[in-house]
Amino acid sequence: MEQSQVMEGVVKILTPWVKNDEALQAVSLETNILDDLKVNSARLVDVVIAFEDEFDIEIDDEDVDTVNTVGDAVQLISSKLG
Amino acid sequence: MSHRVVVTGLGVVAPNGTGVPEFEASLRLGRSGIRHVEAMAEAKFACTVAGVPQGVDELVEQEFDEDERLVMNGSHRFASLACLEAWRTAGLERPARDSAEVDWDTGAIIGTGIGGMDTTAEKVIPLTNAGKVRRIGSTSVEQVMASGVSARISGQFALGNQVTTNSSACSTGTEAIAMGTERIRAGAAKRMLCGGSEAATHYIWAGFDAMRVLNRRSNDAPEKASRPLSASAGGFVPGAGAGVVMLESEESALERGAKIFAEIAGQGINCGGHRMGGSMTAPNPESVRRCIDAALADASLSAADVDAINGHLTATGADPKEIGSWSAALERGPGELPLITATKSMIGHTLGAAGAIESVASILMLKGGYVHPSINCEDVHPEIEAHASSIPHELREFEDMKVIVKAGFGFGDVNACLVFRKWES
Repeated sequence: MEQSQVMEGVVKILTPWVKNDEALQAVSLETNILDDLKVNSARLVDVVIAFEDEFDIEIDDEDVDTVNTVGDAVQLISSKLG
Repeated sequence: MSHRVVVTGLGVVAPNGTGVPEFEASLRLGRSGIRHVEAMAEAKFACTVAGVPQGVDELVEQEFDEDERLVMNGSHRFASLACLEAWRTAGLERPARDSAEVDWDTGAIIGTGIGGMDTTAEKVIPLTNAGKVRRIGSTSVEQVMASGVSARISGQFALGNQVTTNSSACSTGTEAIAMGTERIRAGAAKRMLCGGSEAATHYIWAGFDAMRVLNRRSNDAPEKASRPLSASAGGFVPGAGAGVVMLESEESALERGAKIFAEIAGQGINCGGHRMGGSMTAPNPESVRRCIDAALADASLSAADVDAINGHLTATGADPKEIGSWSAALERGPGELPLITATKSMIGHTLGAAGAIESVASILMLKGGYVHPSINCEDVHPEIEAHASSIPHELREFEDMKVIVKAGFGFGDVNACLVFRKWES
């Protein structure tokens, strides 16, 4: 799967939880999910479940801790997709 | 100094009307909201009809953002819509979600009888039993915690006063309004959103079906199934929804020029202690009488001042006893009892929401000068027959009505009673 396709899926899943629409409009791999998009940290577990369902992968709890930016999520998902 | 308490906003999600205008139109017409529920039939319930509010998903979609919709379960959705309507009818502006302001003068007591059973049954238990706890996600705790329903509301309206959830089975909604009244009287809040909410899920209703307290004889005629006061009553019909009133101190309401629907003149709350005929499932008649008396005394009114009653009246064997309690409390015998009606005849028993939805109905009747029909009791119960002239089978215009009393009784032998007085400035 192309990185752009993964990015599109990640942004789609994050969108309902985003509290900063401006940051969403300008989203890039460097965008921080909590600090820039203002996603409530409690909802990250729901975001991760949605990643698993969307991309048909499994994400370990340890891997979740490495995700800070949109790019981190894209990289993690891409690595799982092989 | 005790503050007078008035009602400045109303909100309702009921089986026969989502929103006050549709609900009131149904009340006036005697329109039932009881329907066949396929999930009950599939699960082999003896009773396969229930009162389920309609059009809720579309309204929730219109009114709430996607992140809010994703975290709300059934009772949250009903309560959120009812609170929003109460807020708007109170003439208040809905706070922006990104506003930093908190309304320190406004709180909420939104009760529930059962709580987030839909979340428990559909998510927590199946995923836990399947060894997939991680997939429960972040939202189950805020949905199943008893206070989840009021917690949801506090964020929607930036409430900064007391926010809590009461639970006293089927007297929950009535009790919430009584509790909010006390808080405003004491000067601790200017406004309180008060009421109750109960989800529409057969998982809540299953236990009642197992107790054989639901009507199993009218599955082929849903609109005839809820039969309070009737000789052919065969148990209650379960229902769901939410009712909410905006309570406000008289000073605050007058100061901001709010429309006033009614005054909360008095309230009473007590318990029968499971004695003198009372039990976990049956009310102690003496406690019912005392609760009604206490509410009237609190309102500084006498029994003769009561113009109409919106009873608890569920369509179980308790109806004749309840009529006896009203008669004893008001010291008014056959032919003298005020008009007594049962909103449950149209919506079923909405459990923790019942007292709140029926309070909204009572306030609408008081404001509109009528008593709505109590349907499905053409065959009045023989033990109630002596009071038959007090039962309105059709809408009764009653422009001079000044006082209507609403009571609710719940498992645990708990009682709550409210006295609504017509607002006259």
